[in-house]
Amino acid sequence: MNILALDTSNQTMGVAVISNGKVIGEYMTTVKNNHSVRLMPAIDQVMKDTQLKPNDLDRIVVAKGPGSYTGVRIGLSTAKTMAWTLNIPIVAVSSLEVVAYQWPSFNQLICPFFDARRGLVYTGLYQTDEHGRLQLLKPETNTLFEDWLMDLAKEKKATVFLSQDLEVHRSLIEQHMGDLAIFPDSPYHLPRPALLGLAGATREPDNVHTLTPNYLRLVEAEAKWLEEQEKRKNA
Amino acid sequence: MNEQYILGIETSCDETAAAIIKNGNQIVANVVASQIESHKRFGGVVPEIASRHHVEQMTLVLEETFKKANMSIDDIDAIAVTEGPGLVGALLVGVNAAKALAFANDKPLIGVHHIAGHIYANRLLKEFRFPLLALVVSGGHTELILMREHGSFEIIGETRDDAAGEAYDKVARTLDLPYPGGPQIDKLASEGKPTIDFPRAWLEDGSYDFSFSGLKSAVINKLHNAEQRSQVIPKEDVAASFQASVVEVLTTKTYQAAKEYNVEQIIVAGGVAANQGLRSALEEKFKDENVELIVPPLSLCTDNAAMIAAAGSIAYEQGHRAGWDLNANPSLSLERYSLRKE
Ligand SMILES: [Zn+2]
Repeated sequence: MNILALDTSNQTMGVAVISNGKVIGEYMTTVKNNHSVRLMPAIDQVMKDTQLKPNDLDRIVVAKGPGSYTGVRIGLSTAKTMAWTLNIPIVAVSSLEVVAYQWPSFNQLICPFFDARRGLVYTGLYQTDEHGRLQLLKPETNTLFEDWLMDLAKEKKATVFLSQDLEVHRSLIEQHMGDLAIFPDSPYHLPRPALLGLAGATREPDNVHTLTPNYLRLVEAEAKWLEEQEKRKNA
Repeated sequence: MNEQYILGIETSCDETAAAIIKNGNQIVANVVASQIESHKRFGGVVPEIASRHHVEQMTLVLEETFKKANMSIDDIDAIAVTEGPGLVGALLVGVNAAKALAFANDKPLIGVHHIAGHIYANRLLKEFRFPLLALVVSGGHTELILMREHGSFEIIGETRDDAAGEAYDKVARTLDLPYPGGPQIDKLASEGKPTIDFPRAWLEDGSYDFSFSGLKSAVINKLHNAEQRSQVIPKEDVAASFQASVVEVLTTKTYQAAKEYNVEQIIVAGGVAANQGLRSALEEKFKDENVELIVPPLSLCTDNAAMIAAAGSIAYEQGHRAGWDLNANPSLSLERYSLRKE
């Protein structure tokens, strides 16, 4: 059972190959650079190094966002087309969940987030249960981080904040969470493609045709249009 | 000769398209999923929404293409994809899908210039004879392109401001016509008379360049002034007068260039090639000339992937191959594409 995992949903770009539950190849960069240019060369390299041919793959796991719209689409276009043409299952995993996997602790709440500009973030709340399984406590959302933190502070629980954009929001988190906020070292904030692959290893596959990114946000033009439809209906 | 099958993929704007063509000039399957209904709500293409639709449609369109062709990917010799120009987010979906297909099946990958595609749509009708002149008119382009051989494109004239299609869209909006405005104006024009003398931008002597922004402003001013004086100008006549100006400039410059370069064929390409007014004016202008005029059927004027596969077929024969680092290039130049060396 060979799994190819790929993630281009945020600044980190990652490709991993997992064979019978073991990570045999992993490639990751955290530089802001063109994922479209570097993804396929990275897949090619990892596959070559692990001596696998595309036909040896049994499953593709892809990070479906939230994140950069363009980044998510690069990953999904690649993963969907590969899964479709190789006729193998595809599994999409939330990009926030992949980050949350970085911190397998039973005692703390886990809050992964991605900056979404103008004070907004994509975030969700997770916790690892006593069997070591990651549980979603609060649904993923696109929200003002300040509102989210005010709610979170009421829980009065130690919370681990995981994000490559931590520095943008560190003082806001400290202001609301005080000593309850835990900030791990840099590597813990990065979504590792191997964890993505493991997260999707046994999950029920998605439908390759209907699988779409987890944008968590409407396009502005569409939101406005829906608003106008609503107004017209009420008038 | 061995049979050659090329798969084409096109996602540069608001059509998700795939096609398979045989030997560079026969369509085996040609599938286009148009998003026009979705963008109508907004009166124009919203790039982010176009990109989202492409992700939803891509594998479905590919599946239908192979089904229609009754073929599998094993029968395909190479995969050609539009690398630019176009909307970058939209292009990226096609480019990455094409790379995934090529990589997974160990097939050659070929990047194609969108306008080269529009020109090669005509090779699905008639074999090219060189030198030939292509008049490319669409929402984003107004160009006169000279081809002396396959795969070589020289721009001898281009717009200095708006593309012809852009001018059509803006005038249509001023006339309160529904989106997309081009076909609406064409239809109205056929019912009206060119009673208003709108300007023709000939530019300096001997230039094959175009300019449509002055014409566009003239139309808008005319309507504005009429409105202030509570005059009513029939929309049909405005459309007919506007179209007469565009068509006269396009046909005259095409005619002059055809003479100067002594071309064998004239090719019309791009979305505005569907315009009836332009088609009949060109036919009239060239009817007594020793030049062959090729105007594609409507289905090949608008964006499709058969044209990308047709241009890709020549690029494949000429040995052009893209690497796994192929990227979307929203402002890819046709001449640089023409001179590329792999
Ligand atoms: Zn086009």
